Amino acid sequence: MKNDQTEHMQAQINEAIASKQALVIRGGRSKDFLGRKVGCTHLNTTEHKGVTKYEPGELILTARSGTPLKDIKKLLADQGQMLAFEPPAFGDKATLGGTIACGLSGPRRPYSGSTRDFVLGTKIINGKGEILQFGGEVMKNVAGYDVSRLMTGAYGTLGLLLEISLKTMPSPEQETTLIFEHSAEEAIQRINQLASQPLPISGACHISGKLYLRLSGLTVSVNAACKELGGETLENAEFFWEQLREQQLPEFETEKNFWRISVPPTTAPLALSGETIIDWGGGLRWLTSDEVSQSVRKTAQQAGGHATLFRNHDGFGEVFQPLTPGIKQLHNKLKYAFDPHGILNPGRMYLDI
Amino acid sequence: MSQPSKTHTQSDAIQEKRCQIIAELGNKLPKECLLHSPEELAPYECDGLSIYQSTPLAVALPYTVEQAQQVVRYCHQNQIPIVPRGAGTGLSGGALPHEEGILLSLARLNAILDLDTQARTCRVQPGVRNLAISEAARPHGLYYAPDPSSQIACSIGGNVAENAGGVHCLKYGLTVHNVFQVIILNAEGDFITLGSEALDSAGYDLLALIIGSEGLLGIVVEIVVKLLPTPQEAKVILAAFHSVEEAGDAVGQIIGAGIIPAGVEMMDKLSIQATEDFVHAGYPLDAAAILLCELDGIETEINETTSRVNEVLLKAGAYQVRVSENDQQRELFWAGRKAAFPAVGRISPDYYCMDGTIPRKQLGNVLTQISERASHHKLRVANVFHAGDGNLHPLILFDANKEGDLDRAHLLGNDILELSIAAGGTITGEHGVGIEKLGGMCKQFNAEELTQYHAIKTAFDDTGILNPGKAVPTLHRCAEFGHMHVHNGELPFPDLPRF
Repeated sequence: MKNDQTEHMQAQINEAIASKQALVIRGGRSKDFLGRKVGCTHLNTTEHKGVTKYEPGELILTARSGTPLKDIKKLLADQGQMLAFEPPAFGDKATLGGTIACGLSGPRRPYSGSTRDFVLGTKIINGKGEILQFGGEVMKNVAGYDVSRLMTGAYGTLGLLLEISLKTMPSPEQETTLIFEHSAEEAIQRINQLASQPLPISGACHISGKLYLRLSGLTVSVNAACKELGGETLENAEFFWEQLREQQLPEFETEKNFWRISVPPTTAPLALSGETIIDWGGGLRWLTSDEVSQSVRKTAQQAGGHATLFRNHDGFGEVFQPLTPGIKQLHNKLKYAFDPHGILNPGRMYLDI
Repeated sequence: MSQPSKTHTQSDAIQEKRCQIIAELGNKLPKECLLHSPEELAPYECDGLSIYQSTPLAVALPYTVEQAQQVVRYCHQNQIPIVPRGAGTGLSGGALPHEEGILLSLARLNAILDLDTQARTCRVQPGVRNLAISEAARPHGLYYAPDPSSQIACSIGGNVAENAGGVHCLKYGLTVHNVFQVIILNAEGDFITLGSEALDSAGYDLLALIIGSEGLLGIVVEIVVKLLPTPQEAKVILAAFHSVEEAGDAVGQIIGAGIIPAGVEMMDKLSIQATEDFVHAGYPLDAAAILLCELDGIETEINETTSRVNEVLLKAGAYQVRVSENDQQRELFWAGRKAAFPAVGRISPDYYCMDGTIPRKQLGNVLTQISERASHHKLRVANVFHAGDGNLHPLILFDANKEGDLDRAHLLGNDILELSIAAGGTITGEHGVGIEKLGGMCKQFNAEELTQYHAIKTAFDDTGILNPGKAVPTLHRCAEFGHMHVHNGELPFPDLPRF
């Protein structure tokens, strides 16, 4: 099978338009659990794969959406580079397309930037079956609206991603993780104080009474920061951050509702029952809880954030935080602008988009 | 430059419409918030791109966001075009007034509302100057990273509209990477909050979409920006090369060695000579190209990166490498680069500034072709280049008083934009499309892509009253390229640095 499946996928979309049959876009199915459940006619992207361009000196990588994320990470690592938004894969099968469509970023996010920050260009098929290209393979580009970043985190509801161009970054020369004993409240305060100093912080989380602070950069910078900060050094730290990113630490194991709550990083511990893992230097709270959805969402909203029912739900209820009327209206109109027949992943994010 | 050009030729219909607006909108605003006499309108006829001029029906200058809302509501009810304007320093005619519209200046909304040192954020109104944010944050060891060359004058609202960059965006990002939240007035005059003070928001990334949308999707009335800790120290390395290709490749090799400099700039021989005559920065006059590479961080870190970059540069063929020994020398090294535009203005009566971005490895190829096209058109080109991120500013030298020069400059400009697209780049890296590059948009995007852009516009502004006729050309209007035209070195804001 050839690696460029554009024509095949375009034909599938045109067929869906003709038969008014909604499509469920599927990559490696590593993130099937995310979002709401949708229809049953599938469009598979995994055969549409391959890195079409990688220029380490230009910090540019372009790949087809079905390319396995692990292949891309390996390719970059061989050149001493990385995806600085540190995306979680949730399994070996994750594709680049799914990674961008879900827009999830890992522990490095507050310090290096989010998934969309590194997206430079996309080629898509919209819901009219048109192949469109936005952005490009250059860092600075202000021609036209930033559709590529709009596609990031849109869960495939605005277009099928065909190709994505990303900014890559050099991997740090050294990484060291320090551990400090702190309550959640102290940890949040301390992380935010440290983040306002010129320190090479690349990760800060709080789990079971401990603050883990990751420092990345040149050996001299990391060593200088370690000397200044004190604390205990974590052995096997790379594995720890991987387990945090992939939600494989024992603290993530639960049958209860598992919430992703995004709040301003300085927000004090939320008044919600259950166990909380704090990531993103205070900006992300993973909550295992029996609390009813309404109170979780209300608490998140009052803090200036939003809550996603991440795991352990039936997929038929509300998963993402309901939108305010003005924003909701824009979503409906944008959905119509890209997918007037409503055939691309309808209902994956919200019931009617 | 700011001479009223057509205030006496307006038709009666326009005058009638103006009188109506004065009567109706005048009721809703303090008297001094609505300008309408020819003398009052004259300063607003153009932005930083002065070849395009036009007189609006009136200029609204609200003191408060509620007054701005009144203006938008009135315009929506009466279907009057609105052109938003910040400091008016833009270089693509994005704030060019609409003859049948109202120019809405956000300049008086210039308060810094809150500076949260703990969260490292600053809440500001759109008329706040870019540099004023960093000045306010400085006592707390923080700053706002995007630094467009016009930062002493340009406003943050305009920065959001244009997705402004700066010398340091390779390492610290563009406006889109440094804004948490904006509040916009939509076309109906309702306030809508996009983004949040958390690190993401539910639903589509509308914040990313609004940034760089050139005032076509909403009018930004409040912004929360991200502040970063100020780097402890910075040094600049000046490296001289015998060829532009070598200099371009050297940048790739620095990055390939795992170092992301805070900024990397490049100048070619003609630019070096022009600036050296002008500011005496100590640039080597025999170089075909020089690189200026800024490194920042803590002292030990800079010492390390400086020595590594030094090594890479020599290996890459630099025949001279100098490291700034103190802040004064660092400023001097930068002074030449920052004076490049006015310096070129001294050696040529007129110049056009282009703004394409190209993949850096195409630099040698593109510069060679530019030089060939220039010889063909019998014109000279001086090149300055944000080498870290591939953003090329060729300055086409010509003399508007010489017959045929202007036309040939236009043709060469078109060639250069086409070269940028052909090299895999874009027609505009940071100046925006505005009114100037509508033609280039037709070359860069096909009809289906442009139609998709129009559909986005309709989702936000279905009657098309927000900055109509800018940024995205209609399919009917795929015309010639336009350029920044500078006569006798006189920019509309002659005192502003332009690089």
